[in-house]
Amino acid sequence: MSEAIQAQLPVLQVVIPLLAAPLCIILRRRSLVLPFATGVCWLTFLVSVFLLGDVLEAGVISYELGGWAAPWGIEYRVDALAAFVLLFVSGIAALVLTWAPRSLNDEIPASRHYLFCTLYLLCVTGLLGIAITGDLFNVFVFLEVSALSSYALIALGGRRQALPAAFQYLVMGTIGATFILIGIGLMYQMTGTLNMADMAGRLPAVEGVRTALVAFGFLTVGIALKMALFPLHVWLPNAYAYAPSVVSAFIAATATKVSVYILLRFMFSVFGLEFSFEQLGLGRALMPLALAGIFVASTVAIFQRNVKRMLAYSSVAQIGYMVLGISFATATGLTGGIVHLFNHALIKGGLFMAMGCVMLQLHSVDLDDMAGVGRAMPWTMAAWALGGLGLIGVPATAGFISKWYLIQAALERNSLIVAVLLLLSSLLALVYVWRVIETAFFHEPSARAREAREAPLSMLVPTWVLLGATVLFGIYTRYSAGVAEQAAEAVLRGLP
Amino acid sequence: MTETVLGLYNYWVVIFLMMMGFYIVISRGNLIKKVIGLNIFQSSVFLFYITVGKVSGGTAPIVEEGFEVYSNPLPSVLILTAIVVGVATTSVALSLVVRIREAYETIEEDEIQAQDEAR
Repeated sequence: MSEAIQAQLPVLQVVIPLLAAPLCIILRRRSLVLPFATGVCWLTFLVSVFLLGDVLEAGVISYELGGWAAPWGIEYRVDALAAFVLLFVSGIAALVLTWAPRSLNDEIPASRHYLFCTLYLLCVTGLLGIAITGDLFNVFVFLEVSALSSYALIALGGRRQALPAAFQYLVMGTIGATFILIGIGLMYQMTGTLNMADMAGRLPAVEGVRTALVAFGFLTVGIALKMALFPLHVWLPNAYAYAPSVVSAFIAATATKVSVYILLRFMFSVFGLEFSFEQLGLGRALMPLALAGIFVASTVAIFQRNVKRMLAYSSVAQIGYMVLGISFATATGLTGGIVHLFNHALIKGGLFMAMGCVMLQLHSVDLDDMAGVGRAMPWTMAAWALGGLGLIGVPATAGFISKWYLIQAALERNSLIVAVLLLLSSLLALVYVWRVIETAFFHEPSARAREAREAPLSMLVPTWVLLGATVLFGIYTRYSAGVAEQAAEAVLRGLP
Repeated sequence: MTETVLGLYNYWVVIFLMMMGFYIVISRGNLIKKVIGLNIFQSSVFLFYITVGKVSGGTAPIVEEGFEVYSNPLPSVLILTAIVVGVATTSVALSLVVRIREAYETIEEDEIQAQDEAR
């Protein structure tokens, strides 16, 4: 790769999908648009692979947008954490879209496929932009780019319940984003800068001032809304349950994870560990919410009849694990939180993809209809079971690695209770995962399951790739936990 | 006292609008009213940013002889972007309301919920 392109990689990461989005409208023909969008996603993934390679080799990359120097112009800043998030967001985007064509044909009218691709690419742009930018206001803009496109994507769902679900998400998402905007405004008022690194340098001088404290409050609540931290999660279950399968798979795997990334960025890189956690005790505030989220959402998940809705509640619980790791504010805890970002993205993406296969064949994801479906669709449901094991945290799956770090972090802090609670919470996951496996494999086939056939290979292969990766990353952790460890250290060190 | 009330009256307006918008979003069941509340809520933030940019005694940021103090133009520029985002949000919200009305024949939140639970 030539030097010139390599120097432009950070901006290409965002610009490629951004420019491709309107091109989808021009191409318009279904047979052209889907392969085009898929190709763009894979290209974006390739860029993120090179970026991660560069960062691991040479350290932080700083890119001046339009050649304007950093505190005045917008800076793109790629460190280990950002590169890690870019990698899995673009990777899952590409894999989900490769998986999607059959499911799209079934769930979205062919005349709207080009619009779907446009929205999808815009959503990818927004999520990648949040991860790469080093400018506070830019975070808000990209946040809204991804959010607005995801409202429209969710509203594409086949059943009418998708519409109120998207509307509710829109209202809560906008409130969250506006809270973040207020927080950014107050911080700008105090420091006169929007560059993250610059602000991190100037904040200590004004941290005692009430304006900074209010900014911190607005940001915490706004981000918590966006990442669906219990009890601000009410928008999530319906949105995930009624969205088209492809949208559920992509958004469930990436959107809330990127919001967790924003939390890490603001609380550690900008405000700094000492202010957020030692002075204001953010950890003490987040930990009970995280634990409550894990238990309440897992318990609610057990009673769901709609499996997509069950997975959505499980997502709320999994956000709890990530936030729990962050709330320890130690290297081990953060590693656990960050590696769970990655592992859960793979697991939940794969599980929703398997549900998409079921949806294609059964036109339903209710437990009653799924009775005995394991006989008709053994490969799909075996993949689901594999993902389910990851959710529980069985050894040799990726979920185990996350929980291993989290429990270690709890023991380091001498909080035996948290460690025990973590183990107990896995039992709840066992219950809701087992309910589906039992229904699918050991019940008499339902009317729909009797007529079902195995999902097409074009969908099975990507599903297995993603869920197979969870096993791979459960055994070889060099590129998941290893990178997460580096990212955690970089985050704890703070910005220069 | 007069200093906090009159000297900061912009901020009082911002807080009043913000709370009013927020309250409408939470309390009203009519989806259109929710969208309006959301708009008022966002507008208060626009006003806040513009207030932040004001430098007392400063004039419009155009270089001209005889003026030395200028207001900060950056917040206004930022908020221009945020206004565009607000417009986009409103249009997406309204088009969702139109589709909800087609699907449910009502735009009252409780009636939509009742219809969903009845099935």
